[in-house]
Amino acid sequence: MPNAEFAYVRDLVKSAVAIALGPEREYLMEARLSPIAEQEGFTTVSELVRSLTGKNSTDLHWKVIEAMTTNETSFFRDIKPFEALRHKVIPELMQNRQKEQQISVWCGASSTGQEPYSLCIMLREHFPALLNWKIRVLATDIASDVLRKAERGRYTQLEVNRGLPAQLLIKHFRKEGTEWQINENIRKMVEFRRVNLIGDWPPMPNADIVMLRNVLIYFPVETKTQILRNMRRILRPDGYLFMGTAETTVNLAVKYDPETYQTVTYYRPSPT
Amino acid sequence: MRALIIDDSSSMRSILRSYMRELKYETFEAADGKEALQRYDEVGNFDVVLVDWNMPVMNGLEFVQALRKREECASVKLMMVTTENDFSRIEQALGAGADEFVMKPFTLEVLEQKIALLLGGADVS
Repeated sequence: MPNAEFAYVRDLVKSAVAIALGPEREYLMEARLSPIAEQEGFTTVSELVRSLTGKNSTDLHWKVIEAMTTNETSFFRDIKPFEALRHKVIPELMQNRQKEQQISVWCGASSTGQEPYSLCIMLREHFPALLNWKIRVLATDIASDVLRKAERGRYTQLEVNRGLPAQLLIKHFRKEGTEWQINENIRKMVEFRRVNLIGDWPPMPNADIVMLRNVLIYFPVETKTQILRNMRRILRPDGYLFMGTAETTVNLAVKYDPETYQTVTYYRPSPT
Repeated sequence: MRALIIDDSSSMRSILRSYMRELKYETFEAADGKEALQRYDEVGNFDVVLVDWNMPVMNGLEFVQALRKREECASVKLMMVTTENDFSRIEQALGAGADEFVMKPFTLEVLEQKIALLLGGADVS
């Protein structure tokens, strides 16, 4: 792909969602944008990109941005954070929220929904007492098409093969044709909404747990810092922030204290 | 770590052998359930057993049922590796004593995740 076209897409993505696509991502463009080019009636990806240049933001611009930034996810991804939630975080919250009997979770950058659904499955499996509580799980992403898929809660064989114990598959899904549909009692636990982490956030409920895993790595330091600062206004003072395994708040000008459960590090807002 | 691969397809056994060696397992093979039981008698216990469903002589489900009757094999980790993807088949396999189930086709990454679930990495179910 000509450098100028990659440069255009790179700048488009950077200005819209502050994600930096390095030169190593150039190879992705052909793979990710070819289906869009075909759908829109362009012969090549180059034609598609040329059609965007010099124009104000349109749906097609957003389709291109989404295609270049959609991340893969899987059920119980990395597994250990879910064990920390099960053995430490949820029990602590149940103690601390005994009076209000409410727990609120925000899964930022939830992609196709496997993370929030995994959390809900874990709660259903191991915390029957929470059936009588108000559990609010808000899952957000910038990409509309992945949100639509996430809301449907329908997954391919490949997707349910990844990370989902077979016992949980047969308990919480049903087979429909060649795909697997998550059961309604789990699906309706999650509210999906479109939110751009670097844009203005709509009014958000205060969260006891924030899952922001494997998304901040794509942002430059200043943007990461701003997002984490904004997050402090949402996260309750005794709340819990989970990021990706390779991510940390250390060296960022934000006030969070790390805590660990076995090999998992999560973060608590520092006392003000 | 030792893995037993049970599949009547030699090409499938070859793929699984390659995957499991990538994951640092010493591999042993059998072409059906009966041969697999003989392998057990010859070699002793395995850490992980990957079992196809549809095989001649003794199929995967029959093998799982037979193995679980052996007291010394009560804790061995059994995973069905199969094209079978019907809900009732999965239920049947888990009910017979299989610990996990992976549907073909799958990648090395998927197999690795499933084995991690098998060997106690997943404390969520």
